[in-house]
Amino acid sequence: MSDYNFAYLDEQTKRMIRRAILKGLAIPGYQVPFASREMPMPYGWGTGGVQVSAAVLTPDDTFKVIDQGADDTTNAVSIRRFFEKTAGVAVTEATLEASVIQTRHRIPEEDLRDDQILVYQVPIPEPLRFLEPSEVETRKMHSLEEYGLMHVKLYEDISQHGDIATAYAYPVKVEGRYVMDPSPIPKFDNPKLEMAGIQLFGAGREQRIYAVPPYTQVVSLDFDDYPFQATKADHACDLCGADDSYLDELIVDDTGSRMFMCSDTDYCRTRRKAGFVGAQGVPYGEDAA
Amino acid sequence: MINIENVSKSFILHNQGAAEIPVMQGASLKVAAGECVALVGASGSGKSTLMRMIYGNYVTASGRIMVEDVDVAIAAPRDIIALRRHTLGYVSQFLRVVPRVSTLNVVAEPLLSTGIPLDEALTKAQELLARLNIPERLWSLSPTTFSGGEQQRVNIARGFAYPYPALLLDEPTASLDPTNRATVLAMVNEAKGRGAAIIGIFHDHAARDEICDRQFDVTLYTPGLVA
Amino acid sequence: MTPLLQVEGIAKFYGSRIGCTDVSFDLFPGEVMGIVGESGSGKSTLLNCLAGHQKPDSGCVRFDTRADGLRDTITMSEPERRMLSRTDWAFVHQHARDGLRMNVSAGGNVGERLMAVNARHYGDIRASAIDWLSRVEITEDRIDDRPTAFSGGMQQRLQIARNLVTGPRLVFMDEPTGGLDVSVQARLLDLLRGLVREMNLSAIIVTHDLAVVRLLADRLMVMKDGHVIETGLTDQVLDDPQHAYTQLLVSSVLQV
Repeated sequence: MSDYNFAYLDEQTKRMIRRAILKGLAIPGYQVPFASREMPMPYGWGTGGVQVSAAVLTPDDTFKVIDQGADDTTNAVSIRRFFEKTAGVAVTEATLEASVIQTRHRIPEEDLRDDQILVYQVPIPEPLRFLEPSEVETRKMHSLEEYGLMHVKLYEDISQHGDIATAYAYPVKVEGRYVMDPSPIPKFDNPKLEMAGIQLFGAGREQRIYAVPPYTQVVSLDFDDYPFQATKADHACDLCGADDSYLDELIVDDTGSRMFMCSDTDYCRTRRKAGFVGAQGVPYGEDAA
Repeated sequence: MINIENVSKSFILHNQGAAEIPVMQGASLKVAAGECVALVGASGSGKSTLMRMIYGNYVTASGRIMVEDVDVAIAAPRDIIALRRHTLGYVSQFLRVVPRVSTLNVVAEPLLSTGIPLDEALTKAQELLARLNIPERLWSLSPTTFSGGEQQRVNIARGFAYPYPALLLDEPTASLDPTNRATVLAMVNEAKGRGAAIIGIFHDHAARDEICDRQFDVTLYTPGLVA
Repeated sequence: MTPLLQVEGIAKFYGSRIGCTDVSFDLFPGEVMGIVGESGSGKSTLLNCLAGHQKPDSGCVRFDTRADGLRDTITMSEPERRMLSRTDWAFVHQHARDGLRMNVSAGGNVGERLMAVNARHYGDIRASAIDWLSRVEITEDRIDDRPTAFSGGMQQRLQIARNLVTGPRLVFMDEPTGGLDVSVQARLLDLLRGLVREMNLSAIIVTHDLAVVRLLADRLMVMKDGHVIETGLTDQVLDDPQHAYTQLLVSSVLQV
């Protein structure tokens, strides 16, 4: 163990955050204000997600951190090491083995189970913020269920671009009541928001926590004649051949050659281990992955 | 029909030392359906004032002014407006219009405000304008640039567009040539024929004698003028 | 007949200063009431109290709601009042930017109230927006432009379209032609006259311009220092003013 209290935060702070989480779960999609603490990373680097994770972790948990789907980016590695040090919990890169997963901007491709918790890092929790700058006014809109403005945004998209152009942070209506910003996940991930796991959302700088309990109805906003479509690049993963996962696009040389690969590194690796090979891939084990 | 009972009026000009100018006292007049009564009296004796009081344009200080079953002296604004729409017509001495409305629409408006459909209202307006010899090329123009006589005829067309049961006519034949004068008098007779109660002011004595059944001398009720 | 709006004893004070006091009147469907006065007369305070933008210190404002008959809008819950102001009521501000979303297209501005009452078909919403824009004489090719690209008169007409799209029965207007060029004012007034008649609207119009009330209003209320000093038929109050102040006001108007 360490000189830190378990998972860095003191027990009173964890209590306060857990109360906020319980409120959030009781009112799916509703933004609960909380007193965000100073964390050893600056705002904009996941402090909200870290505080939520710190409040829900127990010594028996297995923790996974992904950043845009990858376990091996600098930030994912830092946060994972932070909790190894301050909580001493087991860590993993395998989605199926984790009990708590903290994520930035993606939902894992594997379906989550009802014994798993997904913690999202959220930059701007308020879906109406860019249309209505006043916090007083947006709170009123949420409390009175006045969401006409949200559809105005989608209307504007269609009138300007011919289609709803929002590609990520696509607004959703939770359990038929609150409109929520699902964090900057690609709209491809929106259907996965209806899942068996518990979803918790933490915004450290904005000091809000919200939650979606398991099996909650989450509907992406759209028009009757412009229905929501979860789109992705029209390609398969070049490493593992998956055609149903969200892809990253990589420019590989200076003549513009490109490669598409699963954004979810664990998903890709698991498939390759099982023997799948993509168009530009090599069988698992032959490279240093 | 119109029934004026014991009406009085004075103007108080607060900004000119509260000068009080009494203009009418104790006037009473009854006009039956189909009757045409001329208001007579020297200029300034209160003929137009009385007409405006009947129309509700001027306040009546005391007394009653019954038009059908509405007492104009005390009626609520919306009742007077309803009265002006369906019951009481007024052809004033001067044409007052919104500057950008075409002649055709000026004449059609009293019909439109009673809910008559647009094409029917326009047809009727065209008939009246034609009868009063307003050339068709002027119909789409605003009457504000017309000659005095033309404006007067537009005014009359507007006043006669709807078959009001009561009509107030202030100098309807002024500025008209003999042909149009005859047309207007014929129109007044037609209104009488369908049972309208009419009160008119005529400078033109011949016209007055032609269509009015009797005269009402307002000077009898003008304070200061009564001998 | 039930009045559409029943105002009783409205008063609003700012400390010991009178905003407006002892205002009562009934407004019936299809009636247009003008409220005139000079600066400081209390007319804007009164309008804000009537429209629910400010809470009066006393009095009630009963509106004939479609579902429940006459209801006092002052004691109504806020969600109900907000819903009322988006459907059955309309408010045309003096400055278009107070009544429009300047960073949303004209079509989006007009469609917003429809989307707020659950219109969910893009094609239908757009068709409604085009229809209403044409009624206020804004051509279809401007539907995707922002109001910042419109002239003052166009912005004002857009504001009117945005307000009328849900078919309100009562329109509040605060100096609707203030600040506009004379010819633009004229066009706007003609438009308002036509719409009021076509849609059988009731309206309460606050203005300092007597020509506007003569053109648009059936009834007139003259205010001074927070009090209603004269009220009645518009042409009667303007042609035969009884109160000293009204006489002063009418005689001060420049004749062209």
